[in-house]
Amino acid sequence: MRRSSSRSELAFRLGIGAFGFLIVAIVCTIGVVLAVQSMASIRKFGLNFWLTRTWDPVAGQFGALPFIWGTLYSSLIALLIATPIALGIAVFISELCPPSLRQPFVFLTELLAAIPSIVYGLWGIFVLVPAVRTVERALPAAVRATPLFSGPPLGLGLLSAALVLAVMVVPFISSVSREVLKSVPAAQREAAYALGATRFEAIRAALFYARTGIVGAVMLGFGRALGETMAVTMVIGNNPRISLSLFAPQYTMAAVIANEFTEAADELYLSALVEIGLVLFIITLLVNSLSRLLIWSMNRTGRVITAPEPVHASA
Amino acid sequence: MTSSVRKAISGAFAVFCTASVLLALVPLGFILFFVVRQGVQSINLAFFTHLPLPVGEAGGGMANAIVGTLLVSGLAAAMAVPIGVLSGIYMAEYAGSRFAASVRFAADTLNGVPSIVIGLFAYVVAVLPFKQFSAAAGGFALGVMMIPIIARTTEELLLLVPPTMREGALALGATRARAVFTVVVPAALPGIVTGVVLALARIAGETAPLLFTAFNNRFFSTSLRQPISTLTVQVFTYATGPYEDWHRQAWAGALVLVAMVLTCSLLARLATRRLERMHAR
Repeated sequence: MRRSSSRSELAFRLGIGAFGFLIVAIVCTIGVVLAVQSMASIRKFGLNFWLTRTWDPVAGQFGALPFIWGTLYSSLIALLIATPIALGIAVFISELCPPSLRQPFVFLTELLAAIPSIVYGLWGIFVLVPAVRTVERALPAAVRATPLFSGPPLGLGLLSAALVLAVMVVPFISSVSREVLKSVPAAQREAAYALGATRFEAIRAALFYARTGIVGAVMLGFGRALGETMAVTMVIGNNPRISLSLFAPQYTMAAVIANEFTEAADELYLSALVEIGLVLFIITLLVNSLSRLLIWSMNRTGRVITAPEPVHASA
Repeated sequence: MTSSVRKAISGAFAVFCTASVLLALVPLGFILFFVVRQGVQSINLAFFTHLPLPVGEAGGGMANAIVGTLLVSGLAAAMAVPIGVLSGIYMAEYAGSRFAASVRFAADTLNGVPSIVIGLFAYVVAVLPFKQFSAAAGGFALGVMMIPIIARTTEELLLLVPPTMREGALALGATRARAVFTVVVPAALPGIVTGVVLALARIAGETAPLLFTAFNNRFFSTSLRQPISTLTVQVFTYATGPYEDWHRQAWAGALVLVAMVLTCSLLARLATRRLERMHAR
């Protein structure tokens, strides 16, 4: 009797474990499959692929540096815009807002994450880009002479892409920061108030306490921005040139794959695009893992100090 | 610092936080406003019932793309729901084990993989061997994206089921499998269904993984082996094309997508509120 029940227990565990294993297998297969498909390009160009800046498929020249640049530059500018706003939202919802309004505000900010990327792109092309163009034209000539704002004011370009990305990553950063702030023990804040701190000073203490998790939240947003495809493709101008200017049309790794993959006629061209995908996969994997590690270590230290919560009261 | 300066800083900080909420809601409002305004002007019955017309001719609709989106998302769900739910059960049941931690890590990793990379993967696995873009390949790509979402939702919801329920079943002599499938999973089922609906809404709005898997098709098709049109890819084609009438239809497509996402999110929110109230009782 005992033996048969332990045998059925094992069968159950292995049976559903197999489905879990499938997820692990998919992730590994993605890496392997992309690596195999990019072999042709890796063999031909080696490291030069990532160090040269000429992307001319017709001449068979593939240098991916402009895409790395465009991806990192647009994502970093987007984070620069999104981080303060997302933290402000997290603090407002978790600390300042009346409890009855908390849920509606959470719902509204998270709707930003639910809107499909293609809709952001459509809105970007027909509403945001013309608006950005108007602003760019209105800038005084002295500002336009600086390298950051040089070039013709097209609207299509890095600034538009960064703005769209910023809107898209705000909900991710703010919802994780909110969770992280929640795990700061109440005693931290109470201690600050007891010492005569103002509300800002108490919240600053809480933010400082939660800094690891907040860095994790920002990294999570970074991972999202790096891989975002459609909205960026539609507004960044798709020009593989490295430029510091926010006005300049540039190109990202995800965008070049989306635009050129179905047109890539020869083996080497396809392989080069897959290699860009492989590196994008590896970068986002590293960024996301690091982000999760930070958030997780924060939660753990938070839990050690607070009283344990009853399991079913959370969420 | 004097206390009045400190108070002023504190006040300014509160203003900043409130302003950031408004700042985030402005783009949300703008996007919804434009999608609804442009979409309502553009949408008509033909949009739902007609096929796209040849390049340059005004009129026509996206009947084939609507059917395509439903078909491809349905395929994705058929693949992802069993895998996602069962691996979610595994993660919840054996939460402490090292392998469950690896599965959780893999699911979170897969969730963070850019959708365009999933598209490349699906191209190599499901398009190259058959030398043919196909609806099946598109469904596969979206299915891969959907698995981790469903797995993690299922896990979280199962962990919310009071442990006493499982213990009661086990104490009555049920095997673990029986306790899970007849007591724990049914208790969490409404939440899991909500999670599946939300995941469907999310993947139905995906474009990048379909660009070189399902590709596009000007004609009506329900064949799994043929390329198929989807709303998102069609909106992309129309939005980046040169014709006024294409732009009009792109807005109509966006309106349909946003209406779908909003309906699902609202329904899910109402459902979760009801669940929370039931739990509170």
